[in-house]
Amino acid sequence: MKNMTMTQKILANGAGKDFVSAGELIMAKLDMVLGNDITTPVAINAFNKAKFSKVFDKSKISLVMDHFAPNKDIKAATQSQQCRFFANDFDIEHYYDVGNMGVEHALLPEQGIVTIGDLIIGADSHTCTYGALGAFSTGVGSTDMGVAMATGKAWFKVPQAMKFNIKGKLRPHISGKDVILHIIGKIGVDGALYKSMEFMGEGLKNLSIDDRLCIANMAIEAGAKNGIFAVDDITLEYAKGRSEKEPRIFVADEDAYYEQVFDINLDEIDHTVAFPHLPENARTKDEWGEIKIDQVVIGSCTNGRLSDMAVAAEILRGKKIAKNTRCIVIPATQNIYLECITKGYLKTFIEAGCVVSTPTCGPCLGGHMGILAANEKCVSTTNRNFVGRMGHETSQVFLASPEVAAASAISGILSAPEQVL
Amino acid sequence: MKAHGKVHRYGDNVDTDVIIPARYLNTTDNKELASHCMEDIDKEFVKKVKQGDIMVGGFNFGCGSSREHAPIAIKASGISCIIAKSFARIFYRNAINIGLAIIESEEIASNINANDEVEIDFEKGEIKNLSTNKSFKTQPFPPFIQEIINANGYVNFVAHKKEN
Repeated sequence: MKNMTMTQKILANGAGKDFVSAGELIMAKLDMVLGNDITTPVAINAFNKAKFSKVFDKSKISLVMDHFAPNKDIKAATQSQQCRFFANDFDIEHYYDVGNMGVEHALLPEQGIVTIGDLIIGADSHTCTYGALGAFSTGVGSTDMGVAMATGKAWFKVPQAMKFNIKGKLRPHISGKDVILHIIGKIGVDGALYKSMEFMGEGLKNLSIDDRLCIANMAIEAGAKNGIFAVDDITLEYAKGRSEKEPRIFVADEDAYYEQVFDINLDEIDHTVAFPHLPENARTKDEWGEIKIDQVVIGSCTNGRLSDMAVAAEILRGKKIAKNTRCIVIPATQNIYLECITKGYLKTFIEAGCVVSTPTCGPCLGGHMGILAANEKCVSTTNRNFVGRMGHETSQVFLASPEVAAASAISGILSAPEQVL
Repeated sequence: MKAHGKVHRYGDNVDTDVIIPARYLNTTDNKELASHCMEDIDKEFVKKVKQGDIMVGGFNFGCGSSREHAPIAIKASGISCIIAKSFARIFYRNAINIGLAIIESEEIASNINANDEVEIDFEKGEIKNLSTNKSFKTQPFPPFIQEIINANGYVNFVAHKKEN
């Protein structure tokens, strides 16, 4: 295999080819097909309409009830029930419901259901998260999911690539979220349209897996097909003990073609927040001004992992949140929730005046458990701030790191952690 | 296949949240989804739209979620084709998969105004703006994509292939 990027190598491998070039249309075998309680019912309808009677591999389909779960109303309950019946009928191994579920993109890597070198599609746009593990993963719609559940294959157009050469080290209280908001601010919400974003360089050793998951998660917010990180010791260490699969490490060739190359110096990145109503409206802390905040959400597939909970707890410890500000904390999986109890974070959150929820996507997509009223402003560690995203169409969402979110909860205005510590 | 209708025009980065807000994703009923289409940016859309009408957008149309409910809502509202300067990747794929015709062209999208009357011949790749008397050519879809759209979606196309 020559002259290929990481993404091209994984796609070539999945297609059973020695070489694929950008623009080529290929059919590739899948290691995992994912859906949630919103997208799976539409996929099941497609599966039934096409008169499929079997799934390709009951161990390679993941159905996670997380968006409107625990179910918010009868209609949502009916949708989860349809998924549950399907999972039972076809003996789907990775079916996650209330009690063992979590936010899908936090759950699948945590459980080792997706791992290094895998080729994954998911009927959820943030499926690109698993690129953090050196996997090719991308979001698709329900029809693609429905057909893939039966055939184990999907067609892809091999993408052009952009290289992000990571250097240096993050300053204290700056994290992966600031890095990706900085990048999207630079290239725009369609800056990587149809392309793969490949992250490599000596600075990777200073980015934790949680930082990488957060960065890859938001590749779609730049329009990318996928985001992917070079595999190193940190990736291997993370995968060890989670997945029994032998890691398949795909390394970009030295002469691989990248349409654009960006140098990202981690030392130069400051606290970065995306102002309403697009993730590209990135502003660093000196550009924020005074923004009064009604609600803070700390959680989601972007920032609901244990390290996010840890840093939020560190900032909130011994403090109270502002009088007219609500703060909702959502550990992304049952395991993270348990760890938050064991490590005392839950006590910290509750004593500070936060409310702590069971794992759910809930407020992130304006589903339930934290909907915004007219004109309300919310600082959220989630990944989208489109018009009406979290509730009323006049409400506003400011995307931020857990560090900034926790600090803003304490002061009641958009704040950097240094302003409250 | 041909389309003929009035134009509903929007700007850049029309996202899937405004096409169909998440609060309505607890249904898979096409008509119900259509009744809330575009509601957070254009409350008048569902009142104005007529069968066969055409939607025109700017850059990055359909960005955001993978929810197929978004192109489904647009199609079920009566829209026969979307013309945009560029489409977000997942939306583009989903639109074809459900059999909603789309045309990606900066030139064409820039030369169509709100309420213009437009006629499209998909086989020939011809777009006529009847209000301004301007005509445009576009690359016709390759035959298999045309077949998917004519079959009213990827599922029907796959089912049909299986039967034959």
